[in-house]
Amino acid sequence: MTTVPLRRARGDNPVPTAFPAPPDASVLRFDGSDRALTDQLLAPLRGTGVVWWVLFAVSAAGTAVFAFSCWWTVAKGIGAWGNNIPVAWAFAITNFVWWIGIGHAGTFISAFLLLLNQHWRASINRVAEAMTIFALMNAGLFPILHLGRPWFFYWLIPYPATMGVWPNFKSALPWDIAAVTTYLTVSLLFWYAGLVPDLATARDWLDSRLARRIYGIFALGWRGTSTAWRQHRVAMVLLAALATPLVVSVHSVVSLDFAIAQLPGWHSTIFPPYFVVGAIYSGFAMVLLLILPLRHAYRLEQVITERHLDAMAKLTLTMALMLTYAYVVESFVAWYTHDIPERFTYLFERPFGTYAVLFWIMITCNVVVPQVFWWKRNRTSVGVLLAASGAILVGMWLERFIIIVTSLHRDFLPASWHIYRPTWVDFGLLFGSVGFFGFLFLLFVRFVPFIAISEVKRLRHDLGENGGREIGLPHA
Amino acid sequence: MRDSRWPEGAYAAEFADERHFVGALAMLRDQGYTRLETYTPYPVPRIESALRDPPSVLPGLVFLGGLCGGLFSYWVQWYTNAVSYPLNIGGRPAHAVPAFFIPTFEGTVLSAAVVAFVGLFALLRLPKPWHPMFEIDGFERASIDHFWIAVDATDPRGGTLSQQTLESLDPLRVVRVPATS
Repeated sequence: MTTVPLRRARGDNPVPTAFPAPPDASVLRFDGSDRALTDQLLAPLRGTGVVWWVLFAVSAAGTAVFAFSCWWTVAKGIGAWGNNIPVAWAFAITNFVWWIGIGHAGTFISAFLLLLNQHWRASINRVAEAMTIFALMNAGLFPILHLGRPWFFYWLIPYPATMGVWPNFKSALPWDIAAVTTYLTVSLLFWYAGLVPDLATARDWLDSRLARRIYGIFALGWRGTSTAWRQHRVAMVLLAALATPLVVSVHSVVSLDFAIAQLPGWHSTIFPPYFVVGAIYSGFAMVLLLILPLRHAYRLEQVITERHLDAMAKLTLTMALMLTYAYVVESFVAWYTHDIPERFTYLFERPFGTYAVLFWIMITCNVVVPQVFWWKRNRTSVGVLLAASGAILVGMWLERFIIIVTSLHRDFLPASWHIYRPTWVDFGLLFGSVGFFGFLFLLFVRFVPFIAISEVKRLRHDLGENGGREIGLPHA
Repeated sequence: MRDSRWPEGAYAAEFADERHFVGALAMLRDQGYTRLETYTPYPVPRIESALRDPPSVLPGLVFLGGLCGGLFSYWVQWYTNAVSYPLNIGGRPAHAVPAFFIPTFEGTVLSAAVVAFVGLFALLRLPKPWHPMFEIDGFERASIDHFWIAVDATDPRGGTLSQQTLESLDPLRVVRVPATS
């Protein structure tokens, strides 16, 4: 019997195995001492360069635009936006869904991959978690502003009011409040619990007395006893196990805002998984967009290696394929129902209607562009990764816009059909929120250890014990 | 934590190398020392078997926290929507089990996570900004790249003998640590 030779990849590459971890794609390649590693990872706390200040000025300007647009909205009412019946939801809810979705990748990386024992996450989980928190801070503002009278937002919480009325829990909006506040709180606790040992390192590493005091307060007196590390690990695994269902549930709940309505384009059972996939997809794009400049600016190529970029790009491609499947199924089901409004929305209004240009840009960004990640050269190329991530973020924003606006603007009665046009306040809130996100992120990079130092040290030590191989490392 | 109460202070030894430190700790255990504590820049799983800690109570606490949070969330929805102010919307039941499921789930996760976080720091007796170990000049490196072992001065095996034992393990130095206040 002759053996069939396994097909070889082009060139002299060996046959890929199930868990490829060649030495050149190591998850960590730092050669210096632990001291040198600490010095490098904490360097931004001692001060940053001109580029940081320039970006900070730009993002502070964006934050000012955001604050002004919020003030204008509250002062004038939401008539300042382009929304009008039947398009009662537009930019605000698009922004809300977009920002919440971006947050999901942070939890996916920090919690889901922790439980799955994916060691490469150690270098990027802190950045991803911070991204989650800042994205959620932005996201939460939009539905509150959309209430019209945002100062009464606490009416959505079941507190014992003298009015004697309560939120209606059969509506999706109190579910949203429960899901988003839970998500923000759990993300914040998870992030801070993981941060405490690194804040202690910052406290011990910095020279200025004032800085040591401030970091000392936030480090809570952490001293790295064996009991503390053990309980800390137990708590982190527990928090990860609690955060993991949130990765799946939060965007599912957000999708129910749409799916439980009887509107063609919204009323679909595929929405929860479709939204979750889209969320993680856009979040990966944002993580890439954040870590690539950081990696370059702080010379972190030995800590955030090509292995990370490759893994991130592969996950992004996977999400893109799942999302493509959702797009196809959505349209197929619309055709299969024989329901005229369903067919009209999916098969005519979206691809050929008023907002068709946006639809095709979305398809290009979300379906076509990520196909470049089939090639390894693109998966590790910084330029390609940045360009693709930017395109994906635009595409995902457009996806939510199309879901919301194309479904609403062609109402059941043609007499009430309406074309939605955003105002400057809508754009101010969208771009302002991007500025605010950048503002928070830059402050985070400057003042908080943005790579989990103790986790990277532990990983380095475990890799050393394991002969440099990633397979067979002990569990977290 | 084992180092929260040192009525007579402690003896502490500093090591630069992890293997050396783990070996020294094992030797102290073999000699019968029980009131030991270690300070490391990152978790070292091998020392846990040497120190024989009891299993953490945190998972149990978190389970109870989640259970209480879930029950409370369901009760709030049942009381507000089915008892206190039932709304008839299209004849749907006031006690709507499927609709109440989502906030119940969120309440479960939220309270379990809060218990995990608060429970962690309560078990560790943190925040506690001052500790006698912080009085040692150079203890900063315990969170950067050095490893410390502390022996409670009241250890039945130890007393002044601890200093000699620690020195025999060839550390960088041995320090006398003041008592906890």
